[in-house]
Amino acid sequence: MTASTTGTPPPTSPDTSPEEPSRLTSTRAVVWQRRRAALARFWRDYRQQRAGVVGLVGLALIVVAALAAPLITDASGLDVTRAPGKRLEPPSWWPWGPGEAGEFFLGTDETGRSVALLTLWGARVSLLVGVTATLLAIGIGTLVGITAGHFGGWVSSVLMRVTDWFIVLPRLVLAIALAALLGPTIVTIVVAIGVTSWAGTARLIRAQTLAVEARPYLERARALGAGHWHQMTRHVLPNVMPLVLASTTLEVASAVLAEATLSFLGLGDPARVSWGGMLSRANASGAVTYGAWWYLLTPGLAILVVVLCFTLCGRALEAVFNPRLRGR
Amino acid sequence: MTEQPILSARGLTVDFRLRGGRRARAVDGVDLDLAPGEVLALAGESGCGKTTLARALLGLVKPTSGTITYAGEPLASTSSGLKAYRRAVQLILQDPTGALNPRHTVYEAVAEGLRIHGITDNERDRVAEALAHCGLRPPERFFLAYPHELSGGQRQRVVIAGALVLEPKVLIADEPVASLDASVRGEILALLLRLREQFGLAALVVTHDLGLAWSIADRLAVMYLGRIVESGPTERVLTDPQHPYTRALVSVLPDSPVSEPVVLSGEPPDATRIPAGCRFHPRCPELASGGAAAAGVADACRRTPLPVLPADPHQHVVACHLRMARPTKAAEAGSVSG
Amino acid sequence: MPLLDVRDLRVTYQSARGPVPAVRGVDLTLDAGETLGIAGESGCGKSTLALTLLRLLPRTATITGQILLDGEDVLTMSWGKLRAVRWAGASIVFQGAMHALNPVHRVGRQIAEPIMLHERVRESEALARAEELLTQVGLPAWRARSYPHELSGGQRQRVMIAMALACSPRLIVADEATTALDVMIQAQVLDLITSLVAERGIALLMISHDLSILSSTCRRLAVMYAGRVVEMGPAQELFGDPRHPYSGALAAAFPKIGDPAARGRPRGLGGDPPDPAAVPSGCAFHPRCPLARPECATTDVELWPAGPDRVASCVRVLPAGSSREAS
Repeated sequence: MTASTTGTPPPTSPDTSPEEPSRLTSTRAVVWQRRRAALARFWRDYRQQRAGVVGLVGLALIVVAALAAPLITDASGLDVTRAPGKRLEPPSWWPWGPGEAGEFFLGTDETGRSVALLTLWGARVSLLVGVTATLLAIGIGTLVGITAGHFGGWVSSVLMRVTDWFIVLPRLVLAIALAALLGPTIVTIVVAIGVTSWAGTARLIRAQTLAVEARPYLERARALGAGHWHQMTRHVLPNVMPLVLASTTLEVASAVLAEATLSFLGLGDPARVSWGGMLSRANASGAVTYGAWWYLLTPGLAILVVVLCFTLCGRALEAVFNPRLRGR
Repeated sequence: MTEQPILSARGLTVDFRLRGGRRARAVDGVDLDLAPGEVLALAGESGCGKTTLARALLGLVKPTSGTITYAGEPLASTSSGLKAYRRAVQLILQDPTGALNPRHTVYEAVAEGLRIHGITDNERDRVAEALAHCGLRPPERFFLAYPHELSGGQRQRVVIAGALVLEPKVLIADEPVASLDASVRGEILALLLRLREQFGLAALVVTHDLGLAWSIADRLAVMYLGRIVESGPTERVLTDPQHPYTRALVSVLPDSPVSEPVVLSGEPPDATRIPAGCRFHPRCPELASGGAAAAGVADACRRTPLPVLPADPHQHVVACHLRMARPTKAAEAGSVSG
Repeated sequence: MPLLDVRDLRVTYQSARGPVPAVRGVDLTLDAGETLGIAGESGCGKSTLALTLLRLLPRTATITGQILLDGEDVLTMSWGKLRAVRWAGASIVFQGAMHALNPVHRVGRQIAEPIMLHERVRESEALARAEELLTQVGLPAWRARSYPHELSGGQRQRVMIAMALACSPRLIVADEATTALDVMIQAQVLDLITSLVAERGIALLMISHDLSILSSTCRRLAVMYAGRVVEMGPAQELFGDPRHPYSGALAAAFPKIGDPAARGRPRGLGGDPPDPAAVPSGCAFHPRCPLARPECATTDVELWPAGPDRVASCVRVLPAGSSREAS
């Protein structure tokens, strides 16, 4: 009395079917539907990270404000020769001095320009440098990491030794050297930060690549006839991408801080307003001893807020991509 | 009468270099023929080289020496030549969960082979057809599913569909059901047999489970430490095993046709230290009990290496000094050769 | 009085999705020196059962019922008594010895550990006993100084068995103890287990998905599905002539070599073992059962007599004409 089965197996079906694809007509439709579903799923998971949502909202506000600065404010207020206010005026709502409060919401700097306006325009530079430098670092790091991890052998050895060299490169010294070479511009800072940050990412990506390469579906891809390019882009990269993405957001935070540091040390573009530059001038002009807290606190808090927002987003992304980190 | 084998290996050896400079000979001389539409089981315990042999036949591992021919033509050494070969000879892996990229939907997993080989016409129809042939009906319902939403059996069906979509002539299955629940295994095995009937596929099934071989294999080749030690039609090899190793393996199974269980002591030596003479002689119960000495072959067992077994598809062949000197009665009745 | 008496055991885990009933009412008895096999696949609750015997489940698990070991209920024992029972009353041989052995301690010390915990002996004496145990399981005594990674899979499993014997328990639970091993090593380890329990009069509870091995190693057999025992009886009889369709399907997965009826006709079940959180109504097996009848979805099945010393929870073993509809 052993169980018998019919010639064809009964139609087996998954317990949960994610979509009802009854109106699919082409491959493209399948692909887009799949992408939309994946995005919706990602957003659902991300929304559960409260801190991440806060960070995202904060970033959105800052980015919108920075982009809209030329539209909502008058750039002429940045011109030192046409400074509207008096030297180091306290904020308009601050009655306790030093000096008499003017009409500016966050007071003025040592040349009489509105600190609020400077901070808003400074956001543009800080974000631009932060994002660009990070893209540069991540781009190089991912390329090197995946190549070293995939090909192994002497390729990996050579690339990893190069990476090691870049890890120990001191950012500050390089930045000063580059500034001397290229002149103190935004490009200098971007290159300095990018070139000194990619090595850490490369090592991380390489380790993850090695883990992915050992998985059976890579072997299946090879058995199907996949070449190196297909394996690296269709299998390794998508599985390494979450790590890259989370790493990127954290890297931007680090880059913004780095930019502030380098600008503070005077290596940035003196013609452009940046938060680090503001801090540098605040320091140099004696605002500290004068007691002009608004001049120091405003760019400082701005840096803090941006870095915090990026960090919150980065941690939330890590939690989304690695369910084990999701708490609860 | 004899058809040309679709896949063939002659004198195949595969060495691995280990840390410390030692060399492990995973495959030590194998002649193999796979006829079109045939199911050949490659059985043995871990470390016998069956997995390496399968990978070498697929071109995933480069053999140290020997030749592999497909449909009469030797295997290409260039990657583009190998790519064409890959359409015809496909791999089914052991663990279906690991074999599917968790980020790809079922549709993408099955279509991957088509995209790699640049087959763009009717992609959707081909994928649907492959899934349907593998028992996943209606196929559209599975297009957007992810591997983690499916059961183990369904995942293995997806892997098989991914291989089937390229219209291969040979499937090489490495422990295709070992990771699945026991009650589900029969379904997947029945699927493989059905595909053989429908498409004339030949299959090389690597397994440690002799019951599986009994279930679906036409022929069985038993491997020990890199060599095939016995091969022939499945019924003959399993009901009347000639080689002492095969005999021992069959005897320890519950309800076995070999009445006396022979439990070998110790474990197979590793591939860096293959014994001299017959590689099985240190563990051979015939040598230990004096059966070999009585037949006068004990010295040969210890010193004389055995030749590689020919790839004859019809005969029951065994690589054993004792059997060559003194075949068993049953063997004499049914043309066993060494 | 039986050595082990499990009465209406129910175990429910707490998970993010809610309560998950892993064991839904199991009754078993085992006499001293007897061998009982429990067959089942993933999700049937057999490993949960094994862990519950020594109260090794997480605190969030809800357990009801009784587990009487030598008359005393393990589930309500005091902590001190429980510690005494663990290993000295009953011990477990786990699957996957690579994970159960501590990689940074030598093997001899790991075997000596329970001896030192349960009996007040000096370390040297415990180590000497450990070496003796190693020889009894077929390993040379000098292996006591090896680390786990220096041993092969079969050797590690022997170490696990030596550890299980360390405190001379009265019951050994082997949870998939030979599943990951090669056929020949498996045969060696099974031979070892059966001879040791026979010569010492230890009761053996052997858990596996391989029905053929259980039928040749154990005298009695119980088949579990979805948290319940669906069939029980003498092992050889059950394997050769199963009364429950699930037992039949499980038996068919291990074809008898030499049986011409099994050539070219592999048989299997469609679908999946049920998710413990969503067990089907009536007979839990009915969605996959090739012999299902309409009443299978509504009848509360129990273990009904299905022959001499055999029970099965399938409506087909009921005498024709009697119906048991759920009220």
